[in-house]
Amino acid sequence: MTRHDLPSSEITPESAYLDRRRFIAAAGLAGAGLLAAGSLARGAFASGPTPQQKSLGTPYGLQPGDDPTAEEDVTSYNNFYEFGTGKGDPVENAQGFVTKPWTVKVEGLVKKPGNYQLEDFLKPSKVEDRIYRMRCVEAWSMVIPWRGIMLADVLKRAEPTAGAKFVEFTTLMDPKRMPGQRYPALDWPYNEGLRLDEAMHPLTLLATGVYGKELPPQNGAPLRLVVPWKYGFKGIKSIVRIRLTEKMPSTSWSIANPGEYGFYANVNPQVDHPRWSQATEQRIGRFRRIPTLMFNGYADQVGSLYSGMDLRRNY
Amino acid sequence: MAPLGGVAREPRGFSALLIVLAAVPAVYYVGAMIGDLFFETRFLGTRPIEAGEHNLGKWTLRILFASLAITPLRRITGWNWLAKHRRTLGLYAFGYLALHLLTWTLLDVQLFISEYVSWADVQKDLLERPYITIGMLAFLLMIPLAVTSTKAMIARLGKRWRVLHRLVYVIAILGVAHFFMAVKKDIREPLIYAAVLALLLGWRVWEARRSRLQSASTPAPA
Repeated sequence: MTRHDLPSSEITPESAYLDRRRFIAAAGLAGAGLLAAGSLARGAFASGPTPQQKSLGTPYGLQPGDDPTAEEDVTSYNNFYEFGTGKGDPVENAQGFVTKPWTVKVEGLVKKPGNYQLEDFLKPSKVEDRIYRMRCVEAWSMVIPWRGIMLADVLKRAEPTAGAKFVEFTTLMDPKRMPGQRYPALDWPYNEGLRLDEAMHPLTLLATGVYGKELPPQNGAPLRLVVPWKYGFKGIKSIVRIRLTEKMPSTSWSIANPGEYGFYANVNPQVDHPRWSQATEQRIGRFRRIPTLMFNGYADQVGSLYSGMDLRRNY
Repeated sequence: MAPLGGVAREPRGFSALLIVLAAVPAVYYVGAMIGDLFFETRFLGTRPIEAGEHNLGKWTLRILFASLAITPLRRITGWNWLAKHRRTLGLYAFGYLALHLLTWTLLDVQLFISEYVSWADVQKDLLERPYITIGMLAFLLMIPLAVTSTKAMIARLGKRWRVLHRLVYVIAILGVAHFFMAVKKDIREPLIYAAVLALLLGWRVWEARRSRLQSASTPAPA
């Protein structure tokens, strides 16, 4: 995997005058995007994170100009079909969604299955603030400061058996509390999955918060998956069950439209969605399109997981 | 048949009102997009380009439907003075479609704007993505209708004008198909548009059959 070369226009702030609602914090420009190859580099900028980033968390894989997306946009423009299929529906329909108490089941091919109260589920793990890029399959993107725990931490504690190859996640099924589930937009409940090595990757997060606050319901409270090198729909929300399996789990969007959405859903500018190009993306809050990066800019960290795989076929 | 409510002639100011009203959504969405993108306003939410583009597309269909509603409305109400507004609304629909297409090209796809987007990309969109192909076809088919909407052209084309302008039914069907194919999963909204169009076209089929039956049962004048 070659590092994506940044065109000079990307590192000159000349296009800045076209950007909307820009953050005051200036992006660290020097030596930008130089990740320590192979290892999970902390901080994308050689010059270190900007003051704004520092207050929000540790940046991972950020590129020049990757200012965190406005909180208002992060928490009001959401794909969460359990609360409606419009982007503005979740923030409107999810406000009364009660997430206390909440239980999470860990089951399947593990030595230590369990049914946890959320607090007990989270307690043993270190909470981290991480700023990630988020690329939606619909060709828009954000930069989001998440708060959460590493999924690997949870899985290690459950002790997967030798036969475990995949991790399956399931969202709460409750049409009374999730009005979107009364309309069969998808085959409810929402289901997602990762290969075990993807799930164990240190970038894979179980988020409980955003912008330093508790996750609002429209963003998938109280517990959601964040896999920054995959399209956003892999980030299943309001998780109630984590199951280790031997077979590849079926996932909601690939059931709904197998020709358009696959199991892997790795961000890949070279493999188009049948209805649109994935080569570029619209960054929320900016006017000009920016190039989409292989694995959403995390190629150095995750590229090796897919070596030898035909990514055109395994989309 | 006596016109409904005795409105035999066009009420004063109706034409002007229609021209102003039909322009309001276009002015709003174009203005709001420009404001949101370049002047820090927030009329259209998080993604102003998407919102403007989608709404201009939906307004194209709504105004096209309004033009298709005039003939049934005339028959039902007897307000024959509505007839000339088919052209006003038809031309507006063309204008909305042109704005929708312009928004797509310049602001969404960003041809000529983004250094990362080339003609080849747009060509691929047009040729390999059926919903875009269909939308573009609808636009191309609308051009001859707009061009032949002048009084001089109507007179010049005579009978052929009516035949040519039946293309509007094809255009409306293509437009609704384009909407269906563009949505990701939830087809409820395009379904409503399809139902309205089915009603407008269904009425014409029904009306044609009725008048055929009627002329068959009444003896031809000697």
